[in-house]
Amino acid sequence: MTALTPAVDALAAEPVTRRRRTRVARRARALPFNLAGVVVLVASVFPVYWMVATAFKPTTDINAETPQLVPLHPTLDHFRTAVGADGFWLFWRNSALVSFGAVLLALVVALMAAFAVARMSWPGRKGFVLLVFVAQMAPWEALIVPMFIIARDTGMLDKLSMLTLIYFISTLPFTIITLRGFLASIPVELEEAAQLDGASRAQAFRRVVLPLLAPGLMSTSLFGFITAWNEFPFANALIIKNQDNRTLPVWLSSFSNVFGTDWGATMAAATLFMLPVLAIFLVLQRRVTSGMVAGAVKG
Amino acid sequence: MNDEDDVLTDNLPDVRGADPAPTRAARGRGRPRRRAGGAWPYLLVLPTVLAAAYLLFYPLLRSLLISLQHFRTGELIRGGAQFVGLDNYRELVSDPEFWEVLRRTAVWTAVNVVLIVGLSTGVALLLARLGRRMRLAVMSALVLVWAVPVLAATTVFQWLFQSRLGVVNWALTSIGLDRFEGYTWFAHGTATFGILVVLVVWQSVPFAALTLYAGLTTIPDELYESARIDGASAPQIFRVITFPMLRTLFGLITSLEVIWVFKCFAQIWAITQGGPDDATTTLPVYAFQVAQTLHKYDLGAAASTLTVLILLVVLVPHLRHLYRNERTEGSAA
Repeated sequence: MTALTPAVDALAAEPVTRRRRTRVARRARALPFNLAGVVVLVASVFPVYWMVATAFKPTTDINAETPQLVPLHPTLDHFRTAVGADGFWLFWRNSALVSFGAVLLALVVALMAAFAVARMSWPGRKGFVLLVFVAQMAPWEALIVPMFIIARDTGMLDKLSMLTLIYFISTLPFTIITLRGFLASIPVELEEAAQLDGASRAQAFRRVVLPLLAPGLMSTSLFGFITAWNEFPFANALIIKNQDNRTLPVWLSSFSNVFGTDWGATMAAATLFMLPVLAIFLVLQRRVTSGMVAGAVKG
Repeated sequence: MNDEDDVLTDNLPDVRGADPAPTRAARGRGRPRRRAGGAWPYLLVLPTVLAAAYLLFYPLLRSLLISLQHFRTGELIRGGAQFVGLDNYRELVSDPEFWEVLRRTAVWTAVNVVLIVGLSTGVALLLARLGRRMRLAVMSALVLVWAVPVLAATTVFQWLFQSRLGVVNWALTSIGLDRFEGYTWFAHGTATFGILVVLVVWQSVPFAALTLYAGLTTIPDELYESARIDGASAPQIFRVITFPMLRTLFGLITSLEVIWVFKCFAQIWAITQGGPDDATTTLPVYAFQVAQTLHKYDLGAAASTLTVLILLVVLVPHLRHLYRNERTEGSAA
């Protein structure tokens, strides 16, 4: 090998320079694309970066005439102000409560419906699927007024349970559609084999299908959680008198009442609000792929 | 229970191999075998149907009903609303402000959708041309933007465009545009409208671009190569190969974006509540204002109903597409 190398090198010398030249040419041709890529990258990331950077800057730096691009004297003061703000933990708890409640409810109801759609044949099945697709596209923003009136008539105004119900119904169609997809990818033969071995249909579902479905349940529920966590219009319209029942988005929308012109604290609050969603996206990346791998395993 | 036993015996021969006929019939349909379950499927979908009936169709119906009644604060508290026919719609239609709102909503939707679809197409094509590492970086940035909650984004944009300390004014001033020193973006109608457009486009491009890019990767390279050998230019390749291959995807994304932008409420309400001087009052914002601020629930409901009707017109092609997919998935393959 070592003996051969110089000869090979000598032979290859000519093509190598040519190859190098083409590589340079290719780089030059790729340059405008890479520049455009950098532009897209900066335009996308900058607002998020600016939010986090501002949250870490001391107030004197935020108020400086010339903005500092990088927080040179990072501080956690603004996070302390945000967390210590009146009701922060209360609104955090409300948001979490409403989101978890809605997701759990949607998961249970959707699992039943998805099973009926993916595993059983019955007259009306196609109509039901169409109904789910229609509900998926429901114009929720146009239903604020009637929801307000219905909530008022039934004494559900200012109640977190009303928000839970609305978030449940708005995540339900999506949950059914995705769970049905995950269910359809699990071979029926597995269930049938379990039933042949003497398991009841319910047992076969619980012992065989449910464990395989776990990644699907996980990712679906996280997407539902994000929807509920971020929702603003209904939380804004239906929680009016009982301000203690507000959720984080509504609280954040009134930041100027809470923090005045303290932009550091406002950005810290926005960062804290975004954190769970970001964490979920990071988790999901792995979960979604593992869910798909699990779905792709045949028999 | 009986039904389940029947199902089990139905499937027995198929497993034992004594009578392969049902297997072949089932496989012929090419999808997981579904079994008849008597009342079970109906019991399983019952909660979904009940929830949708009470929390979706009843509010829709109620909205329609209120829009045909005289329903103000008095009726909200005491009840006993009177039917007035189409009076509310007549009042809306005869109000010049309503037409102004409709016109503004059309402009809002058109500007946003054109920018979103145009930019996403550009970003998707760019992603296809980038090297692996750069592509990963840009895609991660897009996913990051996708993950930003609406209310976090509205808060940051107010900070970016703040008049005295905002980084946008600083950047514009330092490149010599002195009139932006201390410029109050949110006091000017057109400027505020523009900021909201930038915000909505910024938030919408990631989904559209990533979806279009996923579509691009399904087009076989051979098509491009043969076009290039034939001497086609980049715009020609896009027109002759890329666009026709992704026509359905473009249609889907455009109709989804039209729907999302048209009914957009949270961003507008959180930043401007429709102001300044109604410069950002689109139809959903208008409906909410009329009902919640002016307590004219009947007019608000009428505007909401019109919103639903307009959305329905946009939705029909999309739903038809979904339904066709459902059918082909069910019968083909």
